[in-house]
Amino acid sequence: MDESVYLAMTGAKQTEYAQAINSNNLANVSTTGFRADLHAFSSVPIQGPGVGSRINAVVDAYGTDFAQGPIAQTGRDLDVAIQGSGFIAVQAADGSEAYTRAGDFRIGSGGLLQTGAGYLVVGDGGPVAIPPSASLVIGADGTVSVQPLGQGPETLAIVDRIKLVDPEPGQLAKGPDGLLRLPEGETAEPSAEVRLTSGALEQSNVNIARTLVNMIELARQYEMQVNMIRNAKDNADASAQLLSVR
Amino acid sequence: MNQALWAAKTGLDAQQTKMAVVSNNLANVNTTGFKQGRAVFEDLLYQNVRQAGGQSSQDTQLPSGMNLGTGVRVVATEKLFTQGSVLQTGNAMDVAINGRGFLQVLLPDGTLGYTRDGSFQINSQGQLVTASGYIVQPGITIPDSAQSVTIGQDGVVSVRLAGQTGTSQVGTLETADFLNPVGLQPIGENLYLETASSGTAQAGTPGLNGLGTLIQGALEGSNVNVVSELVSMIETQRAYEMNSKAISTNDQMMQYLNNNL
Repeated sequence: MDESVYLAMTGAKQTEYAQAINSNNLANVSTTGFRADLHAFSSVPIQGPGVGSRINAVVDAYGTDFAQGPIAQTGRDLDVAIQGSGFIAVQAADGSEAYTRAGDFRIGSGGLLQTGAGYLVVGDGGPVAIPPSASLVIGADGTVSVQPLGQGPETLAIVDRIKLVDPEPGQLAKGPDGLLRLPEGETAEPSAEVRLTSGALEQSNVNIARTLVNMIELARQYEMQVNMIRNAKDNADASAQLLSVR
Repeated sequence: MNQALWAAKTGLDAQQTKMAVVSNNLANVNTTGFKQGRAVFEDLLYQNVRQAGGQSSQDTQLPSGMNLGTGVRVVATEKLFTQGSVLQTGNAMDVAINGRGFLQVLLPDGTLGYTRDGSFQINSQGQLVTASGYIVQPGITIPDSAQSVTIGQDGVVSVRLAGQTGTSQVGTLETADFLNPVGLQPIGENLYLETASSGTAQAGTPGLNGLGTLIQGALEGSNVNVVSELVSMIETQRAYEMNSKAISTNDQMMQYLNNNL
């Protein structure tokens, strides 16, 4: 059978994958701290005998967009947004250290600081525990200080410092849970350069216009691939007809 | 079948939930002691189609893999326990809490409920009750002949009886605080229940140990910020439209495939 039909089929299937990545970005258009996934097509020639015309297009999720998302003011003590580069260190479900831009903190059971998605926030030595407090302030460098219950505003106690890191974004890869990780279980060094703004949240950095245009482009690309499949079918029909006895 | 379709569907679901939270906030913009809710979004699991770093040959590795995201979900709807504005009503039975703490009421099933709504009334037995008729804890009974009721900053309730010049104490209101108020479960009627996540209630005298003081003749208004809710409504609507656009585009792709092959 003509190989072009398989090439077009791979093209259509890979376009579906790209569309899935794009739709996932669109679905997460209001997820706090979400980083958009990027995709690209690369050509993968099929090795082996024959004319070198069998080149499949294969989609790569080649990374994550680390552009700054818009910052929305919320006025809540426990909301923080990172200005510029940097990440907040959290403890993933398997206990390993992972990184996120989502600063929608809350205090979980046992007084441990968590992100909105429920991951424990990592401090100087393990999870950050918040004692019962009348008010809480998260400083620009991640220092958490509280006014202990029953004491005046003059007694601010420093509790811990949230681990902020600034690894090379190119090294980070998204895990199945959506958190970013360094390869092979490495952990990043704390960085004093990362700046937090409290009372604000960083929105998703999905560029809506670009994502919608991408969606249209991928839909048209898909139609083209389907047309190629039909052309291959028409060709096959025509040759079958040529050979058929009247 | 088509993953893009399902990712967009989760987007619609999540935006719908967010709209419900926003609508509930707006509906309760005049509810005494109401605390604004917020939907917390999280991206769903990623499906690993091709592993980054996998060997593409003996000596070479794939520089990037392919992880397909499967969409978004609302992981929590949390209450924001910021102080609502304190409104003067002049009614002696109204109490607002200025600061942390919750008033305690006895629910019909015998458990304790917690509320920030201090619009109290007196029932037929003279007991101090909430607008829903639940008895305030610790129980306080106002005598028949009471001419005036005074509730102090520290919760001391005193009355002046007919024919007397001095006042006499009839009880003390206590407030309760939690380590993590966000963990409380809202059950409606302005009430919250203790959960494992909120920690146990620490009852105490208002004004001491970080508990807020009581203000008689005032009520705490809803802490819903109408402007931010309206902006959030617009944002939600547009995000919903975009996700439904993604569904229709994927539908057209499938349709094209079906019609042309």
